[in-house]
Amino acid sequence: MADRPDGERKAGSNKPALALHVPEPKYRPGDTVDFSDLDIGEPGKQPRPDEACDPSEMGELAYGLVRVLGDDDKAHGPWDPKLDPETLRTMLHNMALVRAFDERMFRGQRQGKTSFYMKCTGEEATSVAAAMALASDDMVFPSYRQQGILIARGYPLIEMINQIYSNKGDKLKGRQLPIMYSSREHSFFSISGNLATQTPQAVGWAMASAIKGDSRIAATWVGEGSTAEGDFHSACTFATVYNAPVILNVINNQWAISSFSGFAGAERTTFAARALGYGLAGLRVDGNDALACFAAQQWAANRARANAGPTLIEYFTYRAEGHSTSDDPTGYRSAQERTEWPLGDPVMRLKRHLIAIGEWDEERQEKMDLEAAERVKAATKEAEKNGILGHGLHHPFRTMFEDVFEELPWHLREQSKQAIREREIKFPEGRPNA
Amino acid sequence: MAIELKMPALSPTMEEGTLAKWLKQEGDSIEPGDIIAEIETDKATMEFEAIDEGTLAKIMVDEGTENVAVGTVIAMLAGEGEDASDVEAPAASNNEVKDVPGEGKDVGRDEDGTDGEDQGAKPARPERRLQADPEIPHGTNMATISVREALRDAMAEEMRRDERVFVMGEEVAQYQGAYKVTQGLLDEFGPKRVIDTPITEYGFAGIGTGAAMGGLRPIVEFMTFNFAMQAIDHIINSAAKTNYMSGGQMRCPVVFRGPNGAASRVGAQHSQNYGPWYASVPGLIVIAPYDSSDAKGLMKAAIRSEDPVVFLENELVYGRSFELPELDDHVLPIGKARIVREGSDVTIVSYSIGVGFALEAAETLAGEGIEAEVIDLRTLRPLDREAILESLAKTNRLVIAEEGWPTCSIASEVTAICMEDGFDHLDAPVLRVCDEDVPLPYAANLEKLALIDAPRIVAAAKKVCYVD
Repeated sequence: MADRPDGERKAGSNKPALALHVPEPKYRPGDTVDFSDLDIGEPGKQPRPDEACDPSEMGELAYGLVRVLGDDDKAHGPWDPKLDPETLRTMLHNMALVRAFDERMFRGQRQGKTSFYMKCTGEEATSVAAAMALASDDMVFPSYRQQGILIARGYPLIEMINQIYSNKGDKLKGRQLPIMYSSREHSFFSISGNLATQTPQAVGWAMASAIKGDSRIAATWVGEGSTAEGDFHSACTFATVYNAPVILNVINNQWAISSFSGFAGAERTTFAARALGYGLAGLRVDGNDALACFAAQQWAANRARANAGPTLIEYFTYRAEGHSTSDDPTGYRSAQERTEWPLGDPVMRLKRHLIAIGEWDEERQEKMDLEAAERVKAATKEAEKNGILGHGLHHPFRTMFEDVFEELPWHLREQSKQAIREREIKFPEGRPNA
Repeated sequence: MAIELKMPALSPTMEEGTLAKWLKQEGDSIEPGDIIAEIETDKATMEFEAIDEGTLAKIMVDEGTENVAVGTVIAMLAGEGEDASDVEAPAASNNEVKDVPGEGKDVGRDEDGTDGEDQGAKPARPERRLQADPEIPHGTNMATISVREALRDAMAEEMRRDERVFVMGEEVAQYQGAYKVTQGLLDEFGPKRVIDTPITEYGFAGIGTGAAMGGLRPIVEFMTFNFAMQAIDHIINSAAKTNYMSGGQMRCPVVFRGPNGAASRVGAQHSQNYGPWYASVPGLIVIAPYDSSDAKGLMKAAIRSEDPVVFLENELVYGRSFELPELDDHVLPIGKARIVREGSDVTIVSYSIGVGFALEAAETLAGEGIEAEVIDLRTLRPLDREAILESLAKTNRLVIAEEGWPTCSIASEVTAICMEDGFDHLDAPVLRVCDEDVPLPYAANLEKLALIDAPRIVAAAKKVCYVD
């Protein structure tokens, strides 16, 4: 198709040949990583505008990086949310629990207890701290790496594991890929396997909340790679056109499986800067700084609740582990990236902060980590009584036909009856495992 | 008790793999997190980690073994206080779940070991389970009204009745709808319930889906269903599956509506029937009415449905007028076909604009002494099998008339139903009368040739009656 009409490939003129740019990450396996050219600004230096400000005043915040925790492990500047030590300890505990949960589930997958799992190591703050800044009944439309929200909201670990094992205790009745949780009670929508579809749905939910005159807002999470989906742009358009009470959280963890953020446009601009073109409030935040994450989400929540407008927040973070249990990142990126990441580890940074303000110590940390691991282990053992992958302890066969529609329609009732009859013929002596 | 270590599924698609290497040997003590073995899948080599502690008592599968099925016991781990040398290979215990041919180990069951409520009951042919259309009281005035107005009235009545109901789409408010179906709604209900949207079907289908999850009853208008191609992901992957995927926790009661099928000379991209596409999706209700009474009664039912509904209208039918009973609340049952003309010699099944052609054909056939029964399906999912089969039992001959492509069509589905459950009643093969299997041409002469019409239905009906 690129051939000229006369079939000649070369123009033969002195016009410069056009050239294409294909993004290439800086570091591949084995490369020495140097992030010193990454401008991460200075903690405490970013201004905190009024929550009802005009988005046009926020240009600087869309290109800079909101940071609170400094190298001295103290909180700095106007974005310090000034949380009491008890709240900070709860936050640290939630993040540690998420990490312990991820560790055990990952190993469970390697043991064949489930087919699939996704860790959020290094990104705990973007879900735990953000969730803690929202009201517990604000509706969330997460992506697949926000288990921290459920844990922060007190969703029982055993329910999560039952879902991961797809066993007879699974509230989703064995219908969803592991980790695609859903809990109406916790205002946590059914995670979609199709990227970014949750973004316009969150905006639609928020618009509905406003139409009803309710006070609950909506928040959604999407990966930086998925911002390339049309859905993300529709969500931005609708959010700004109707001033929907919604928060659009972009988790920029640098990698979409093996595609680095450059394939979603990161070489040219920031993801927070997308907000400017739409007239959305845009914030770019250190995603490994739990206090900054909390402060940004709280700012956006207050703004939405006051009908002052939607916000797009980019959390600048790093995916420390593989994309999922099916992925091996050593094949495409340098292992040094994780250790060299200039913004550190979110759990360790919050721990050091609590110690620095005299509200925590290594001994308590060790005890807490141990308790978290024990709690996850106990929940796992309990869930295993309901069965693990491929062990026969599943939902009754007939449940397959339920919930397709509000009421079981006649044709499914008929199919169900027919299937039961076929099984009776197949197993005249009764089913072998019954 | 010793713990069985089984061949893990290291990706959702893995069924077997190679046990490449044991990194621990019999007698070694194991800590959680220790890597015990390396396993090769079709994708990568993965490390198999220990989750429990203990002593590796017995290796059941040697390293280098290929094609080890997922779930095979590959080693035994002795727990604390157990003598590793006493650990035996697992004997088939009474509690063990065995493989079942064709079903693997995944034999779900109720706690009592039965398959459910119907255990033991001999399945009977389903009872007549669909409610008939409500009786129209004697003396009810019949108004003559266009399909366009009937649809508008249905939406307006439901919006008055339930404040959760609202309409959104391109040009639905100020412009009163691209085809004027939302005429007058903005004036009555205001811009918060009749919402003009940005031009992105993908976007506002997602917004409507989210609003339905948020407890409202959105009516999402597509200017035509051709433009809903963009939005099909939200309709199918979100709206239709939310109830099922959430284990029944979350609903998505949304109506997606707009004109569907060929209009007049709008070319290949704007002239398609999406009935078969949507009707193939579990979780969706698909309605495609023909006349004003059905349009109104079924639109009201669609708005009240707890399930997502795709409501397929037809641009060429909007302006046609039909009789409509003047009732306070004219609601019709979803999933119920209607006999629009009784006959004894051949059944013509159709829906939407095809019903008009079928009735025209029936008139022609009557002139030649063939009495055709015409059935309007009205709902494409769930399909009213009984109405089709009862009519077939009466006439023994059946033709389907569908304005749409023949392949994988509603016509194909009706044919399958006749084969499966009506075979003994058939005196002739079931015939499909559909559009030509080509993208619809623009030029008037070609367009006419590509679309179904009454003469083609007449010809098919005569063929199955073996007259000519």
